[in-house]
Amino acid sequence: MSDLISSSLRELSAALAAKKVSAVELAAVFLDRIEKLNPTLNAFIALDRAKTLAQAQAADEKRRVDAGATANSPLCGIPLAHKDIFCTRGWRTSCGSQMLANFVSPYDANVVEKLTGAGMVTLGKLNMDEFAMGSSNETSYFGPVKNPWDVSRVPGGSSGGSAAAVAARLTPAATGTDTGGSIRQPAALCGLTGLKPTYGVVSRYGMIAFASSLDQGGPMAKSADDCALLLNAMAGFDPRDSTSLERPAEDYTRDLEKPLAGLKIGLPKEFFGDGMDADVRAAVDAALAEYRKLGATTVEVRLPNSGLSVPAYYVIAPAEASSNLSRFDGVRYGHRAPEYDDLTEMYSRSRAQGFGAEVKRRILIGTYVLSHGYYDAYYLKAQKIRRLIAADFVEAFKQCDVIMGPTSPSVAFAFGAKSADPVQMYLSDIYTISTNLAGLPGMSLPCGFGNNNMPVGLQIIGNWFGEAKMLSVAHQYQKATDWHTRMPEGVK
Amino acid sequence: MSRTTQWEVVIGLETHAQLQTKSKIFSGSSIAFGAAPNVQASAVDIALPGVLPVLNREAVVCAIKFGLAVGATIAPRSVFARKNYFYPDLPKGYQISQFEIPVVLGGGLAITVGAGDTATEKFVHLTRAHLEEDAGKSLHEDFHGRTGIDLNRAGTPLLEIVTEPDMRSSAEAVAYAKALHALVQWIGICDGNMQEGSFRCDANVSVRPMGQKEFGTRREIKNLNSFRFMQQAIDFEVHWQINEIEEGRAIQQATVLFDPDTGETRSMRSKEDAHDYRYFPDPDLLPLEIRPEWIAEVKSGMPELPQAMQARFQADYGLSAYDAASLVASRPMADFFVAAVAEAGAANAKTIANWIMGELAARLNKTDLPVEASPITAVQLAGLIRRIADNTISNNIAKKVFEAMWNGEGGSNNNAADQIIEKQGLKQITDTAAIEALVDEVLAANQKSIEEYRAGKEKAFNALVGQAMKATKGKANPQQVTDLLKKKLGA
Amino acid sequence: MSLNLEDVARIARLARIELSAAERETTRDQLNDILGFIEQLQAVDTTGIEPMAHAVDVVQRLRPDVVTETNRRADFQAVAPETEAGLYLVPRVVE
Repeated sequence: MSDLISSSLRELSAALAAKKVSAVELAAVFLDRIEKLNPTLNAFIALDRAKTLAQAQAADEKRRVDAGATANSPLCGIPLAHKDIFCTRGWRTSCGSQMLANFVSPYDANVVEKLTGAGMVTLGKLNMDEFAMGSSNETSYFGPVKNPWDVSRVPGGSSGGSAAAVAARLTPAATGTDTGGSIRQPAALCGLTGLKPTYGVVSRYGMIAFASSLDQGGPMAKSADDCALLLNAMAGFDPRDSTSLERPAEDYTRDLEKPLAGLKIGLPKEFFGDGMDADVRAAVDAALAEYRKLGATTVEVRLPNSGLSVPAYYVIAPAEASSNLSRFDGVRYGHRAPEYDDLTEMYSRSRAQGFGAEVKRRILIGTYVLSHGYYDAYYLKAQKIRRLIAADFVEAFKQCDVIMGPTSPSVAFAFGAKSADPVQMYLSDIYTISTNLAGLPGMSLPCGFGNNNMPVGLQIIGNWFGEAKMLSVAHQYQKATDWHTRMPEGVK
Repeated sequence: MSRTTQWEVVIGLETHAQLQTKSKIFSGSSIAFGAAPNVQASAVDIALPGVLPVLNREAVVCAIKFGLAVGATIAPRSVFARKNYFYPDLPKGYQISQFEIPVVLGGGLAITVGAGDTATEKFVHLTRAHLEEDAGKSLHEDFHGRTGIDLNRAGTPLLEIVTEPDMRSSAEAVAYAKALHALVQWIGICDGNMQEGSFRCDANVSVRPMGQKEFGTRREIKNLNSFRFMQQAIDFEVHWQINEIEEGRAIQQATVLFDPDTGETRSMRSKEDAHDYRYFPDPDLLPLEIRPEWIAEVKSGMPELPQAMQARFQADYGLSAYDAASLVASRPMADFFVAAVAEAGAANAKTIANWIMGELAARLNKTDLPVEASPITAVQLAGLIRRIADNTISNNIAKKVFEAMWNGEGGSNNNAADQIIEKQGLKQITDTAAIEALVDEVLAANQKSIEEYRAGKEKAFNALVGQAMKATKGKANPQQVTDLLKKKLGA
Repeated sequence: MSLNLEDVARIARLARIELSAAERETTRDQLNDILGFIEQLQAVDTTGIEPMAHAVDVVQRLRPDVVTETNRRADFQAVAPETEAGLYLVPRVVE
């Protein structure tokens, strides 16, 4: 059964349909791998074998009694795991925080509801940077996730658990969320394919909010084809999310086989400057050469304000976060300090104990930039710059179909390398943040290896609602290359 | 400041009107009053991680109605903002409200202060009205010295209506509050139940030496839940502020509570450091767009407004401004009048108005009943008025019939008045010959009165009229009796 | 514009996060680093630019006024730190 762990979702679906394997057997394969490898990797932070197998059994039953339903729901019986930011009924949902270390969610996030509804089997909950604030997974209360390619290195963040779990074949696929690069950067650092949809395509209901105007959930898997299938199940209008867009349902696999001839790839001058490491540049350049070989042309475009995206983001995201995280006050759920003299002390101490250093830092920055007398200078200013950043993309897309560049300026770095310097850590997301500010879709896909044989990610940025196009562009590349099929030695 | 300084009081009111929707402003929970604690507190209301708000359409309709009723501008695009502060009955740690761009801007309310000859008219300008969610309730009864939190009320839709600092006395403040209270009920957006907290006022009060341009430092009196308390609290606060200033102490801006038991206001301790609310647009909610077509649609479904109705009553029925204003003081009162007029005809409108404000109002007052609970219906009253108009009964007899109807005689029948008149034989005697015979009898039996009358005593004539009316058991037309007597006595 | 220890204390109080004296100092330094980094925004001319609060330019969708929620108090309070008689309990609040 060892080939199952590297199978694509289509292959798993076919195997299930042909009864070559049952959902229960499939779940057990992955649960066993998790049992063996997770103590090293620390990707999973909640497991419940009995619950998983019961769900798998139900999927087998569904496939047995309703062949038609199976055709309509190809993912039925395929296991996946959720980033612990998605509320999952009956599962501890911690968001990587001590604050929620005992929070068993009484409801399902829309994404969980949709994927469960499609018959997918939940293997467990995945580690992450606390409240999705981090780019290395070092801020998790449950300890850092190790990069399966080199366990002395970070997996990226904040969806580091999702990335490591897929890369180590502990799960065929995972959910992630991306506020400033949290799907794409760990996908790049762990050598997999991840997609952040256009803002509003995937419901945020039940996804614990970090920065509401930037957060977006998406799939993380081995290939663009897998991501397309997952996105078909995850995306769609949700009346419980005011920012969910009412658009006709899309088949994100529809353009996968479309040839690349005539494709115009925009290369932003600003993404190919000094910030990028040489090994990353080499791999990205090679990928671009491959695209030209496949019939695409490249054109230089300008994103003159993209250099401001990180500072603008570090005003807007903490501001929204400081307010979003106010509900964690120890009154209705979550951590409550054992000792306090009065209400104010109960609040301050519960929050001081329940939140880690990075979360507290961002809450304080956010509180400050919104406070009396500073709102205009910081928050309003950042929002105006946000519009300039978005307008740059509108201009750029007049010249091209997709934009490409590196996902991350470097390959996975060693634990501790950036954790002492918040600003250095923030710059890890320099190429990904502008798409969140603009609300655009973005992807990362493996395009080779850099220093120390660590994976390099190629970023594709699509136009608004250009997911199908982006996926097609990625899929055509993956048909011609095999970077996405590589598997870390240590977990074979 | 010397003790001879004349002080001017400046008052602005902020009123929270609970909107009459079925569900909460941002969730599908019921807002019914009186449920067991926290059973109407959904995932959204208790702010579980990950939940999101979606705006209730009907709450917006209520805001549009209000804007139309006060002649305000309804913002084509308004924005929901977060007001951040920590309090246990505020589950998200912020209240969703509107800050920079509210849904309703400007407008105002005409009020009448005092009654009768001393009544004065005034126009109170509104600054704005905005939609927001209510907080939960903190219960301080003893739970081992702890406070209990009930979030059933959290998320209840409110319209916060803010005036300019236009009022100059507690009487004006109360008159405005009463007019607003009547209006929100009139247009059906709020049930006005002050005991249940559906209509709560905060008063911003300051004083300044008469003639001074700048406002004094204000203190905000929170949660005034009756008009009487409002008057008492403002009066106390004004005296307190004047006294402080005269004693040489400056007023500090503060939030105060009114204690009905002591009749005093006192500073709140708990919200001291809550002044930096860090407002910003709520990223979970998009701008609220209200198109002109929507406003037109809401407008077409609205009842005639009290001021328009008052003007119509004056123009069409010749009612005095005071009478017309009294009739439109509440929607049920106006409805009663309109129904009665529809039944008895416009020609009788003035008589109907007199009866409603006289006999009926007195009865309702005495029994503490609202007009909608009147034992006499508008149609029944109209039936009575018709019989006065066609001379079937006199005004005096009508009062008897009214009394009988009030006590339930005639039941709920529309023609209760006719039944009572018939049954008790109260029909007016109009037969001139019969009345003449009676008058002759009275004259024959009262020679003494006749002599006194002839000697110039007017009183004696009145006594004769009285005797004659008594003999007819009140059923004769008093004017007819008077005329006949005068004729017989050769006057 | 750089923050001093009192500023940090004030912000921490607003955010309801207890900081020890030592934490206040580290926090001051880190916040000043971050604010220094953010400072570059001030150099940009944004005259006439409309602030962008949302990633998409759409208007608020409205929900029909229908009661859709049922009582789930027991589920919700199963994860609460302290409840009694259906109420969430907190230290006594003095108004």
